[in-house]
Amino acid sequence: MAKLTPKERMAIPRQKMPVQDSNLRINNFDEVALGYDEKTAKMEAERCLQCKTPQCVHGCPVGVRIPEFIRALREGNIPLAVSEMKIKNNLPAICGRVCPQETQCEGKCILGKKSKPVAIGRLERFIGDYELLHRTCPLEKASPTGKKVAVVGSGPAGLTCAVDLGRAGHKVTIFESLHVAGGVLVYGIPEFRLPKKVVHAEIDYAMDCLGIEIKTDYVIGRTLSIRDLLDNFDAIFIGSGAGLPMFLKIPGVDLNGVMSANEFLTRVNLMMGYLFPEYDTPVKLGKKVAVIGAGNVAMDAARCSLRLQKILSDSNNDKTEVHIVYRRSRQEVPARAEEVHHAEEEGIIFDFLTNPVEILGDEKGCVKAMRCIKMELGEPDSSGRRRPVPIKGSEFDIEIDTVIVALGTSPNPLIFIDAEELQRTKYGTVVADQITGKTTVDRIWAGGDVVTGAATVISAMGAGKRSAEDINKFLL
Amino acid sequence: MEKKTGYKILEKEAFSDVTKIMVIDAPHVALKAKAGQFVIVKIDEKGERIPLTIADYDREKGTITIIFQEVGKSTMHLGSLKVGDKVDTFVGPLGHPTEVKNYGTVICIGGGVGIAPIYPIARSLKEAGNEVISIIGARNKDLLFWVDNMKAVSSELIICTDDGSIGRKSLVTEPLKDILNSQKEISKVWAIGPAVMMKFVALTTEPFKVPTIVSLNTIMIDGTGMCGGCRVPLKEGAQFVCVDGPEFDGHSIEWDGLLGRLQYYRDEEKIAFDRFKSHSCNLDKITTEREG
Ligand SMILES: Cc1cc2nc3c(=O)[nH]c(=O)nc-3n(C[C@H](O)[C@H](O)[C@H](O)COP(=O)(O)OP(=O)(O)OC[C@H]3O[C@@H](n4cnc5c(N)ncnc54)[C@H](O)[C@@H]3O)c2cc1C
Ligand SMILES: Cc1cc2nc3c(=O)[nH]c(=O)nc-3n(C[C@H](O)[C@H](O)[C@H](O)COP(=O)(O)OP(=O)(O)OC[C@H]3O[C@@H](n4cnc5c(N)ncnc54)[C@H](O)[C@@H]3O)c2cc1C
Ligand code: SF4
Ligand code: SF4
Ligand code: FES
Repeated sequence: MAKLTPKERMAIPRQKMPVQDSNLRINNFDEVALGYDEKTAKMEAERCLQCKTPQCVHGCPVGVRIPEFIRALREGNIPLAVSEMKIKNNLPAICGRVCPQETQCEGKCILGKKSKPVAIGRLERFIGDYELLHRTCPLEKASPTGKKVAVVGSGPAGLTCAVDLGRAGHKVTIFESLHVAGGVLVYGIPEFRLPKKVVHAEIDYAMDCLGIEIKTDYVIGRTLSIRDLLDNFDAIFIGSGAGLPMFLKIPGVDLNGVMSANEFLTRVNLMMGYLFPEYDTPVKLGKKVAVIGAGNVAMDAARCSLRLQKILSDSNNDKTEVHIVYRRSRQEVPARAEEVHHAEEEGIIFDFLTNPVEILGDEKGCVKAMRCIKMELGEPDSSGRRRPVPIKGSEFDIEIDTVIVALGTSPNPLIFIDAEELQRTKYGTVVADQITGKTTVDRIWAGGDVVTGAATVISAMGAGKRSAEDINKFLL
Repeated sequence: MEKKTGYKILEKEAFSDVTKIMVIDAPHVALKAKAGQFVIVKIDEKGERIPLTIADYDREKGTITIIFQEVGKSTMHLGSLKVGDKVDTFVGPLGHPTEVKNYGTVICIGGGVGIAPIYPIARSLKEAGNEVISIIGARNKDLLFWVDNMKAVSSELIICTDDGSIGRKSLVTEPLKDILNSQKEISKVWAIGPAVMMKFVALTTEPFKVPTIVSLNTIMIDGTGMCGGCRVPLKEGAQFVCVDGPEFDGHSIEWDGLLGRLQYYRDEEKIAFDRFKSHSCNLDKITTEREG
């Protein structure tokens, strides 16, 4: 394409993402967003103004070299785009799919002021997928240093840290309590949003090139303790995430049919419950499901429920419903914009300004209804959002047979057994330096959700990367 | 990446048609295993994660012994594996170990396959200097096992069967009540078996105010505190069996809520079981046809 003037660039509309039709996709777990082809990607890339001081980069928690990779892409040099990307981000095929771009990179893009921002996430996914297919960018490895590092947890934080340390020539061992690596990327985020083969391919590639060892089935705190690791490794990085689910403190939470989003998503995604009985783990779901909360986890639980209901139902006439019950309003919904949009398209019912106060059971101890109260927005609270307050006397019951609780998680305490000297906050998160991730114990670093509480994939990766840098300095 | 190689079955023996014992090569679990803890086993790629108690361990050989009863798809599948076969996943040791001290005189009760986990506990309690009285029970004589093992660690061993084919024809709670009514000072009771049995043991000891520890077998998924599926309703709020247990004070449990939760997946369990049976029957047919 000939060189365009800024005006011409701004006249190009933001390129649409092809998606699976909403009537079809609610019957399967295949990916919803299908990805740009090369022509569309280049057209979208033409929209970028190549700003001298690019605001988009400030919006990205790891500072991806956005103008540089977009420029390489539109000049047709995709391998260069990949290597520009990998300077800051090893896992573009994943981040391109799951980052909340509208509040990060794209939220700061200058084009967003007048029209729509450059679709940075979609371009990132495009080059990530290209790289998975063509493997143009081998991971370089420095000569062995003879130092050994243990990484606990194989989610985005642990993986990123391990890869960077592996590149630097250290011998890295990852300990993972589950039977597969990937953390939330495999047990939480569903197939239709992030295909597992993308995650496995990224992990295998990094491990094969760098010789990183992943020991699955190791629960640190039980199988081995942090103290054992200190005895056998030169440094430790803890990236064990925030996997402990919170339950509501209302009557009825122990009824059959109430579960945490973690239980539901683990059954569905990690254990492939949507393929029961071919796979052994069943998932039980009623005809009327209420998901409590409105973050990414809630959206995923609701959209998985919808698909499962279709798969499980004997006929198409079965009347099924999935509700998202959220105590604030549409404006405050914390989930990624694209997921909320897709959820609405798929027919999820949103009950805003509604808060459950009790779950009611039948004589067999199974859920039959949920008592809720209407809320209104009052003064802003400490999070800056307007605080929801109950409207007196507005209680009402909704008929429901499954309740999925998606109200947040905190760090799993198992890892801290026999590691009391590791200082933690009252929320159970590890105290660590904001930049380096250094903890209160010598030779131990930590990053990702275990330090920040539930956050994002890219911020966990950023933390892993910064710690790797600091650990490397310490070891050399 | 070190591809998963699995964990080998080194020994296998059948105690009865439905009760099997296996020794598994799992040095990483054997290193720290203690009485009262459990492992999570997943047989193959499509398998579910099921919890099984560590019935014994050998740190030097790096092995773990499990004993299980074939009650559904996964345990039946496990029981069909042979020496030399491997299971995909073997995680542990999980849960809190039994708190072993010298309490004085204690009673250890094992019902059915619960005899397997009660044995290492009784043995540790004896080693710590306790006088151990044991009561073991099963539906019939064929389902009993480890009688000699239990005898070796108990000052007195009482056997009960539902049909009277051996020992006393009664539930385990009857001899328990007799002992509690006798002059003997009992410091603590352990009971492991079907949930209903543990409920009635707890109800029996409650009026005597004898602390009673039960080991719960709720449905689990991850076994590491990540899902809450194993939660047990206690009088002071729910706890996770995989992390906070598996042992609990039997007097603090809301038994009816717990029993209800155990039944919740019954229909699905039956589907999986029937499907496995028809598959393995077909397999049997094919092999016998070939061999014949
Ligand atoms: C359903 C869901 C949807 C989400 N959607 C998005 C999204 O769209 N976009 C986004 O940016 N973020 C999303 N998030 C958040 C994001 O996934 C997390 O912030 C991110 O995965 C945190 O990475 P981590 O490496 O810190 O931890 P995790 O990904 O949680 O990984 C931690 C790993 O450590 C292991 N582990 C824990 N304890 C131990 C132990 N004792 N011994 C050994 N291993 C241990 C765990 O099994 C796990 O594999 C979502 C989260 C969930 C649950
Ligand atoms: C901490 C712990 C330790 C355990 N240790 C042992 C052990 O040492 N030996 C042993 O044989 N079993 C043990 N169990 C029980 C064992 O996990 C179950 O029997 C097994 O998961 C059943 O799987 P399945 O697919 O064969 O049967 P399913 O098809 O899942 O169930 C078949 C039948 O068994 C019942 N059932 C299902 N799950 C359980 C359960 N967790 N506990 C009790 N009944 C259940 C169902 O209600 C159903 O009637 C333990 C459970 C826990 C939680
Ligand atoms: S990593 Fe995420 S936030 Fe950063 S540029 Fe890529 S999509 Fe945007
Ligand atoms: S702010 Fe937008 S237009 Fe400017 S460099 Fe970044 S992506 Fe391109
Ligand atoms: S089995 Fe998931 S929390 Fe216990």
